[in-house]
Amino acid sequence: MTAPLMVDAQQVHKSFGVNEVLKGIDFQVAPGQVICLLGPSGSGKSTFLRCINHLEKINAGRLYVDGELVGYRQVGDKLHELPEKEVARKRTEIGMVFQHFNLFPHMTALGNIMEAPTRVKGEPKDDVRARAMDLLAKVGLADRARAYPRQLSGGQQQRVAIARALAMRPKLMLFDEPTSALDPELVGDVLAVMRDLARSGMTMIVVTHEIGFAREVADTVVFMDGGVVVESGPPSEVISNPQHTRTQAFLSQVL
Amino acid sequence: MTSEVETTRGRPETIRAVPVRHPWRWVAVVVIAVLVAMFAHMLVANPNIHWSVVRKNLFNSLILQGVRMTLELTVISMAVGIVLGVVAAVMRLSRNPIVSGVAWVYVWFFRGTPLLVQIFFWFAFSTFVRNIAFGIPFGPHFDGADSNKVVTLFISGILALALNEGAYMSEIVRAGIVSVDEGQTEAAHALGMTRLQTMWRVVLPQAMRVIIPPTGNEVNSMLKNTSLVSVAGLIDLLAAAQHIYYKNYRIVELLIVASIWYLAMTSAWQIVQYYIERYYGRGSARATPLTPMQRARMLAARGGHYQ
Repeated sequence: MTAPLMVDAQQVHKSFGVNEVLKGIDFQVAPGQVICLLGPSGSGKSTFLRCINHLEKINAGRLYVDGELVGYRQVGDKLHELPEKEVARKRTEIGMVFQHFNLFPHMTALGNIMEAPTRVKGEPKDDVRARAMDLLAKVGLADRARAYPRQLSGGQQQRVAIARALAMRPKLMLFDEPTSALDPELVGDVLAVMRDLARSGMTMIVVTHEIGFAREVADTVVFMDGGVVVESGPPSEVISNPQHTRTQAFLSQVL
Repeated sequence: MTSEVETTRGRPETIRAVPVRHPWRWVAVVVIAVLVAMFAHMLVANPNIHWSVVRKNLFNSLILQGVRMTLELTVISMAVGIVLGVVAAVMRLSRNPIVSGVAWVYVWFFRGTPLLVQIFFWFAFSTFVRNIAFGIPFGPHFDGADSNKVVTLFISGILALALNEGAYMSEIVRAGIVSVDEGQTEAAHALGMTRLQTMWRVVLPQAMRVIIPPTGNEVNSMLKNTSLVSVAGLIDLLAAAQHIYYKNYRIVELLIVASIWYLAMTSAWQIVQYYIERYYGRGSARATPLTPMQRARMLAARGGHYQ
C-alpha cells in the first residue's frame, strides 16, 4: 500500500443499549477519495459517520483516521480512552456537515465560520476573517456575511455550514445527509459546492439519498443495510448493475 | 384559465366593510373609569392621608440610605446568585455523579427551607462558628479571624439572599441549557471545541433567551425580598420607612413613600431587562423590534406622523 488510508474501519461494532446498530463494518478510504454511503434509513450509515469523529463511541473493532486510532490510544494490547482535549484536537482535522445545518443562531454567517479557527486553534482574527470571506465567496454567499442563520434559506445555511467546516482546513469531510432537509429547488446549489470540493481533491464521505450525485461524483459507492456493508464498488457497478437483491430493491425504490 | 378571466376584469375594488361594533367595551371603559376615579378620590381627598408628609419624606436622608441599601443588597446578591446558579446548573448536568449530586443537595436545601430561616441562620453564624481560618483540614491552621468580623451584618445578609437565589437561579439556568438543541453541542464538538468552550460560547448564549425573562422576575422578587433582612437590623428601604413612622405615626404615608421607591426601582429594571432581552434575541427574529429611542427618531423624521 502506498499512501496510508484516510479512514480504515475494521469490524466496527456499535450498540445503543441492546440494539446493535453496526454489526462489523469493514471500510477503507484512501486520501482524495469521495465515498457515498447509501442505504435505507436505520441501516447505520449516519451512526457510522458519527463514529469517525468520535461523536459516538464504538463498542468493538478498530477505527483509524489517517493512521491514528479514533478516541483511544493503544498501549501494549490495552486501549486507553483519550482525554477530552485530545479527542477535541483530532476533531479539528475532520470537518462535519449535518442534515439540519446546526449553525450557531446567535452568530452571523461570518461569526459561525470564524468561531472555531479563532477560539480552538487560536489563529489571528484578521487572517481568519480573510479566509472566511474567501470561503463565503467560494460557496456563493460573499454578500451574506453579516446575516444571521435565520435570515438565510436552508440551502444558504448549509453552504455556510460547509464553509464553517472548511475554515478549519480539515483533511477529511463528513457529510450527514446534507440535502435531506432542503426544499428540492435548493438542493442543486449545495450539491454544486460539494462537487467543487470533490474536484479540489478533498477526501469526502457523504451519506446521501442523492443517487445522481453519487453516480456522478463518487469514486466508491457503499451500500449499507442492517448494520453491515452489503455491497461496495464504483458507481457504475453498485448503482447501474447491483449484484445484491437488497441493493436492487433499495435502488428500485429511490430511482 | 380563471386567471386570464380575472386579469381582463382588472383589480376588484378594495373592500370597505362596516367594522363589528363592540358596545360592551364602552360599558367596561365607563365602569373602570368610575372605579379608578373613586379610588383616586379616596387617596387624594382623604383627610387621613397627608400628602405633604409623603412629599416631605420622599427624599428623607434615611429613606435614601434605605434605597441605597436595598439596591446594594439586590445587585450584589443577584450577581452572586446568578454566578452560583450557573455553576450549580452546569454541575447538575455534569456526568460526574458526585458533582451533580452536590448541586442537587444544594438546590434541595436552599429551596426547601424558608428564606427567613436562612437569614436568621446567617445572622447567628458567629454564635456557633467562632473563628474562620485557613489551614489544613482537621490539622493546624495558619491565619484566622473572629467570624464576627468576617461575617458582618451586611455580609450575612448577602450570604442569605445570594445562596437562596443561587438555588432558584440554578433551575432557571438548567431549563435554559436543556432548551438548546442537542445539534448545537454536536456541531461545536465536531469543530473541536471542548465541553467548556461549547457551554460558554454556544450553549449559554442561546440559553439566555430562555433564562432572562424568569431572571427578571427574580430581580423583581429580590428587590422586595431584601426587606426581609430588616429582621436582623439592616436598614433597607422598608426598615427606613418603619423607623420614621415609629416616630411620627404616619404609617400609610411612609408606606406610600416606600412603594413609590419600590415601583421606581422595579420600573427601572424593566427598562434594563428590555434591552438585555433585545441583545440576546439577536439572530432569533427576522427583524428585532425597534427601541423606543429608534421609534421616536423615526417619528421625528416623518414629521410626527405614523406611516
